[in-house]
Amino acid sequence: MESVGNIIMYFVIALSIIVFSVLTVTTRKILRSATYLLFVLFATAALYFQMDYPFLGAVQIAVYAGGIVVLFVFSILLTQRPGDDAAQLISTRRWLGAVAAIAGVGVTGYALFSYAKFCGKQLPAMGDIDMATLGHFLLSTDKWGYLLPFEAVSVLLLACIIGGVVIARRR
Amino acid sequence: MPLSYTIAVIAIPLLMFLFLGLVGVKMEKKLTGILGCIGMLVTTVLAYGVALTYFFGTGEGQVSAEGVRQAVTVFNPDWLSFSKTLVVRMGIMLDPIAAMMLIVITTVSMMVHLYSLGYMCDHHGHAEKGFQRYYAFLALFTFSMLGLVVATNLFQIFIFFEMVGVSSYLLIGFYYESPAAIHASKKAFIVTRLADLFFLVGILILSYYTQTFDFFGSDVNGIAGLLDNPQSSVAKAGATTFMGCSAMAWALTFIFIGGAGKSAMYPLHIWLPDAMEGPTPVSALIHAATMVVAGVYLVARLFPLYVIVQGAMDIICVVGAFTAFYAAAIACVQSDIKRALAFSTISQIAFMMTSLAVSSADGKLIEIHGGYGLGYMASMFHLFTHAMFKALLFLCAGAIIHAVHSNENDKMHGLHKYMPITSFAFLIGCLAIAGIPPFAGFWSKDEILVAAYEKGLGWGIWMSMVAGMTAFYMFRIYFLIFHWKKHEVHTEHEPSDQPWTMTLPLIILATISIVAGFVPAANLVTWDGAPLHTQLNWTVAGSSVLIACVGIGLAYKMYYKENTLPQRMADSCRGLWTAAYRRFYMDELYQFITHKVIFQGICKPIAKFDRAVIDGFFNMLAEVTNTVSFGIRKLQSGSIQGYVYVYFIGALLLAAVTAMFVIF
Amino acid sequence: MNLTLLMYLIPSLIMFGCGVYGFLTRKNMIAIMISLELMLNSIDINFVVFNRYLFPGQMEGMFFTLFAIAIAAAETALALAIIINVFRIAKDVDINKINKLKF
Repeated sequence: MESVGNIIMYFVIALSIIVFSVLTVTTRKILRSATYLLFVLFATAALYFQMDYPFLGAVQIAVYAGGIVVLFVFSILLTQRPGDDAAQLISTRRWLGAVAAIAGVGVTGYALFSYAKFCGKQLPAMGDIDMATLGHFLLSTDKWGYLLPFEAVSVLLLACIIGGVVIARRR
Repeated sequence: MPLSYTIAVIAIPLLMFLFLGLVGVKMEKKLTGILGCIGMLVTTVLAYGVALTYFFGTGEGQVSAEGVRQAVTVFNPDWLSFSKTLVVRMGIMLDPIAAMMLIVITTVSMMVHLYSLGYMCDHHGHAEKGFQRYYAFLALFTFSMLGLVVATNLFQIFIFFEMVGVSSYLLIGFYYESPAAIHASKKAFIVTRLADLFFLVGILILSYYTQTFDFFGSDVNGIAGLLDNPQSSVAKAGATTFMGCSAMAWALTFIFIGGAGKSAMYPLHIWLPDAMEGPTPVSALIHAATMVVAGVYLVARLFPLYVIVQGAMDIICVVGAFTAFYAAAIACVQSDIKRALAFSTISQIAFMMTSLAVSSADGKLIEIHGGYGLGYMASMFHLFTHAMFKALLFLCAGAIIHAVHSNENDKMHGLHKYMPITSFAFLIGCLAIAGIPPFAGFWSKDEILVAAYEKGLGWGIWMSMVAGMTAFYMFRIYFLIFHWKKHEVHTEHEPSDQPWTMTLPLIILATISIVAGFVPAANLVTWDGAPLHTQLNWTVAGSSVLIACVGIGLAYKMYYKENTLPQRMADSCRGLWTAAYRRFYMDELYQFITHKVIFQGICKPIAKFDRAVIDGFFNMLAEVTNTVSFGIRKLQSGSIQGYVYVYFIGALLLAAVTAMFVIF
Repeated sequence: MNLTLLMYLIPSLIMFGCGVYGFLTRKNMIAIMISLELMLNSIDINFVVFNRYLFPGQMEGMFFTLFAIAIAAAETALALAIIINVFRIAKDVDINKINKLKF
């Protein structure tokens, strides 16, 4: 049995995720779309906190909400005149998209509900994960160590920095 | 002189060809001609040295213990080695006929080289266009022909056979700006190529059964051993039969067809009259003296084999005898001097062929005066003398044509007054070919007639009749050109004897034509190398001279002074005359067969099948591919969302299927 | 009332559906990128939720999400750079007009 606060918190998070997700893809103003995305990301971060992964939540806020959305906003402002509405969608196109999305949701949801064994599982107890353990895992080469992916991602980021500079540079 | 010098005899013309062909264009025209003449002179001297050494020397391996002259293989390296048994060799072999041919070829070629210096120039002494090319081709031809006669095996003969064909083609088409010359060269090439195809098939059959390209089988030591050795591979090849004839008979018949193509035997003679479109010295060298006797030479080379296979020999005999008469009949009415000479050549070559063929009966050589193979000797002797006097006649014709700028008889007439040297030379040539003693033709033709009478009375009478016709048509040409009526000058200058470069060969060849009959051919050029004892058969000789005189007299009566007798005679048998003038419609027949039957009946349907069915099938493949590609290229719309949509639906279907399997 | 695994997966699923819809229907390339972020984010949630419910105490899912966020950030930065470059050349970010690469 969960605490009431937790349940209320869950509903707030779930509702905001659902509502803002829908708004993100349905609004005709691109800047609003980015803003709704920001809310979705915040909600997600809140979900991570609720799952007892505070570090992940912090990263979500810092990188996603703080970094990526800002990038979006910048590029929107660079390419779009503010206040422009996106053109009205062609209805066949919208219907096709909606059918595909609903079909996807339907198939996956059906599969989920069929697996009641998993889906009914209670939230198990879990001790806090302190930063020292996390850092140890991240930089270790032991069984559960993640040094290699860590380094790979760092190289990837470097490549992206260089790539970004080369691509976006004005010739 | 060592016999190995033969290689120089062959190499010098080849080098001259390469040198004149590659460098000649940059040189002064006259200089290339003089260089060609010098090269040819060296070749001639060497060839005479080698041939005389062969005939009269007593060097190592030349003469056997019984006094029989042996074939000498100077050298014979492997050229192409495909397998243990299939080896093609390229070498030099000297035997009596090869040595004799060396003399014939180099002599005539030398004369033609010298003569062309004058002939290939206009009246101001300027060399014609393509002068260097002309001399290069002459050298190429000389090389090919020399390589042919000294060949050590059938395959080498075939290679050089093709090469003389190519040189002939190039020289007939020398005036490549004239359509007639191009057509003539193509005709000559195609006809001889067709014949050479048979030749090749014959070689392959023969070498398949005898396991060698050598002339008389690998296990027979020399020619003489062949007839006595029934166990040889050649004799065994006779045992394999196909359609009622032995493999040997088929092979030898096919080889004869190859020879007949080159030697212009009926019905493959049609190219030779047209080949006269080439320069006249070329006609003298290639189409009168040397290349056209390659077929005779080929049969002579394989003479012992033909003796064994009497069926093939009979075919040669019949074809030769018929061609001799047929060509002589046409020559009697031709108005173009070179065509008349061309048919005369065909007739004379047929004489040689017949002569070869009449020397055997029932697979055995006919015995005459205790010797064998008189016809063979006579044929080779006639080849020798004929080369000399026919080259002389052609060169005279060239001089006349050069003087009056026409090939037609009616543009000539009465030239005796203007060109006395040419006239006398031509008269000597005519007397020689007519067989009047003591000129060369008498001695050789007489031997042929003796051999023919010995084979059968019918053959003898037939050949005597053709000999009479020869005398008649030659003197008809002579009288029409040099007498008949006063010459009407058609050109801006009067015809006259030509410069010394052209007259000198005439004088030399005329001299040879007078004395060549006294060459002791019977002692030198025999089928087995042993001397042959001949004696003049007074009956045959007397009757043939009488017939020749009758022919000459008839020609004198009809053509010496202008009269209407020839016209009246032509009118009295108009149909026959026209038919002979149109060469008995052989060209029309060929035209009908090739165009109407083969092109229309066979080639066109095949072409139609090729275009409609085969091309159509591949066009259909291409069309289908094209259409399908155009259809499906719309799939690559460039719209990422379209791709993602398809991808997503696919993933969804997969997921649905998987889910169904997992859940149910 | 219990907060079951399913209850966390449903918002994630809807978020993914929205991402798909947006990706398939929007014309603006930046909007498409935003939809992409939505889908990516929903997957991240899945990792975390499964990790938390099925293997508490272990950290594979969490680290996966961590790296996914890093890579998503890099990818987005690069994609936006490309979009801006395309905009500079084509003066437009409409995906339907950027189709010169077909046949």
